[in-house]
Amino acid sequence: MSDEDKTTGPDQSGPEDPQVPATTDPEVKTVGTRTGMFGARGTGDTSGFGGLVAPIVFPGAAQRPFGGWYDEVADALEPAFTAPWSVVVHRKEITFHVRREDLLAVMKLLRDDPQLRFELCTGVSGVHYPEDTGAELHAVYHLLSMTHNRRIRVEVSVPDSDPHLPSTIATYPTNDWHERETYDMFGIVFDGHPALTRILMPDDWPGHPQRKDYPLGGIPVEYKGGTIPPPDERRSYS
Amino acid sequence: MTTEDIYAGSTETTDGKVFTVSGRDWDDIVEGLSGADGVEERVVVNMGPQHPSTHGVLRLILEIDGETVTEARCGIGYLHTGIEKNMEFRSWVQGTTFVTRMDYLSPFFNEATYCLGVERLLDIEDDIPEKANVMRVLLMELNRLSSHLVCIATGGMEIGALTVMTIGFRERELVLDLFELITGLRMNHAFIRPGGVAQDLPVGALDEIRAFIALMKKRLPEYAALCNANPIFKGRLEGVGHLDLAGCLALGLTGPVVRSTGYPWDLRKTEPYCGYEDYDFDVQTWDTSDSYGRFRVRLNEMWESLRIIEQAADRLAGLEGAPVMVADKKVAWPSQLAIGSDGMGNSLDHIRHIMGESMEGLIHHFKLVTEGFRVPPGQAYVPIESPRGELGAHVVSDGGTRPFRTHFRDPSFTNLQATSVMSEGGQVADVIVAIASIDPVMGGVDR
Repeated sequence: MSDEDKTTGPDQSGPEDPQVPATTDPEVKTVGTRTGMFGARGTGDTSGFGGLVAPIVFPGAAQRPFGGWYDEVADALEPAFTAPWSVVVHRKEITFHVRREDLLAVMKLLRDDPQLRFELCTGVSGVHYPEDTGAELHAVYHLLSMTHNRRIRVEVSVPDSDPHLPSTIATYPTNDWHERETYDMFGIVFDGHPALTRILMPDDWPGHPQRKDYPLGGIPVEYKGGTIPPPDERRSYS
Repeated sequence: MTTEDIYAGSTETTDGKVFTVSGRDWDDIVEGLSGADGVEERVVVNMGPQHPSTHGVLRLILEIDGETVTEARCGIGYLHTGIEKNMEFRSWVQGTTFVTRMDYLSPFFNEATYCLGVERLLDIEDDIPEKANVMRVLLMELNRLSSHLVCIATGGMEIGALTVMTIGFRERELVLDLFELITGLRMNHAFIRPGGVAQDLPVGALDEIRAFIALMKKRLPEYAALCNANPIFKGRLEGVGHLDLAGCLALGLTGPVVRSTGYPWDLRKTEPYCGYEDYDFDVQTWDTSDSYGRFRVRLNEMWESLRIIEQAADRLAGLEGAPVMVADKKVAWPSQLAIGSDGMGNSLDHIRHIMGESMEGLIHHFKLVTEGFRVPPGQAYVPIESPRGELGAHVVSDGGTRPFRTHFRDPSFTNLQATSVMSEGGQVADVIVAIASIDPVMGGVDR
């Protein structure tokens, strides 16, 4: 490659840092509780603090201004929303919580709008929050705009009883295998996917292994006369 | 069919007659195919999962017409070990021992992206000591060298260039020797930990690294001399596995594949992590969008890695005795490792301290080692430039001492999706070249 070709690449000055910290909504979302002062569950906590109850609180929704380019992205994305949406800014990463009926429009706009230009979707990651009633299964999309050197996260949640999401592979073909993996591991059904089959587990595997209610499994191991239970049945400190 | 084979016969299915072929005279098969009425001449070949040129346990399902591949599909999952699930049952520090085993050719990159994610959630990104960052960069660049060497070596072997394989593995062994010297292990190091690295650089390591750099400067030109203008090598690689920039972005391909289209996208430059902005290096590109271009990109990247290793070694020389772990005692592993008569373990000084001097020290050690530290609730994704492209760990914490969920966006997994586009319409032999140019590592694909 000659030297002048190298200058046609992406802006290599590093991502701009949104200076203004976003304020957080005082209303927070609790997705579970933790008891005791220490990590142990069951009989492990002999400290007398076992009755303490602390909610598990995830970072709450942010209020405008989100700061820096976050507002630009949010403004450009606004037309795609028909249902309520929210934004979480945490550790300098921005997450758009989107309803599933808006997902396809949001993804399409994210890719095509000249102000957004998120050319690359780096896959779908499923998360199972069993205590987040009505929105147990989350699908998390990470997107990268090479033009503007920005990264955002789009998160959609579906209830366990109706685990359907529209497939995004018409917009981002790269999500083909990622959606299959998320289906395989979490049982989220991506409607419109051309071949939604298991990808990592065997075809006839029962259940979806990455769900929290799916046991880790394993067999007890005998070692020098003692028997060590499988990892998920051992005494736990957390 | 003239002969009957109990292991490879033909069966009647709803789709018609299906022949199972497991090695016999080709004429018999052709006769069997053409003999039946209305049988479509469709030959589906299962290549792998146990095949020397499919880069590990990758299964290729090829529909062929003569020597031409009309459809190519991948079957993966043969190396799925449930690492992401297992991590949810171990502490955050123990997670590094799992992730290092995913993409076994680039263990330091797995550890680094995981630790960067955990550090972002802990909000200690700015507290990582300089020496830890320099050591991370040093190890990652050495690792990039060894990974690219394996890619070029196995890629050469698969097209019959055995000398490329033998010299590639010869040099890779030198890198692994350095890993062994620095971390104690050739592979599966679990050396990069949340908060820094496990251990300081051993005595004499810098001299070994400098000797290695000097040797590599002599040996790297051998690859160029063997391959760059070799007519057979070029004949096999040029124009094979073509994928342009639009295709790369649509299918999510990153790393050398996207750089071979002429687009200098490298996360070390665009989103620097671990202090990459302080090193002087160039992003290598090629403009042919084919397997040959990817080979040249990798070859040139090895030179850039050498440059970075050289700079990192110089910086390490001025950082003797500096801390390699974050100062926060609530996160940092309580003990330093030391080599004793029975191998590596906790240093005797530390054991004396917790067993003889300080009850609080013992409690602290016990709590951190058995329970581990807590990570505030939230999620983080810190991608890094692995030898194969964008590698990132989506780390989710619920405030506990274990990862609530860790998902790896492994570049091998995503890049392998391009197999169909790269090889359909080409020859069977070109499928091998195309896949070798993606450089998938099945440990990373299946996790």
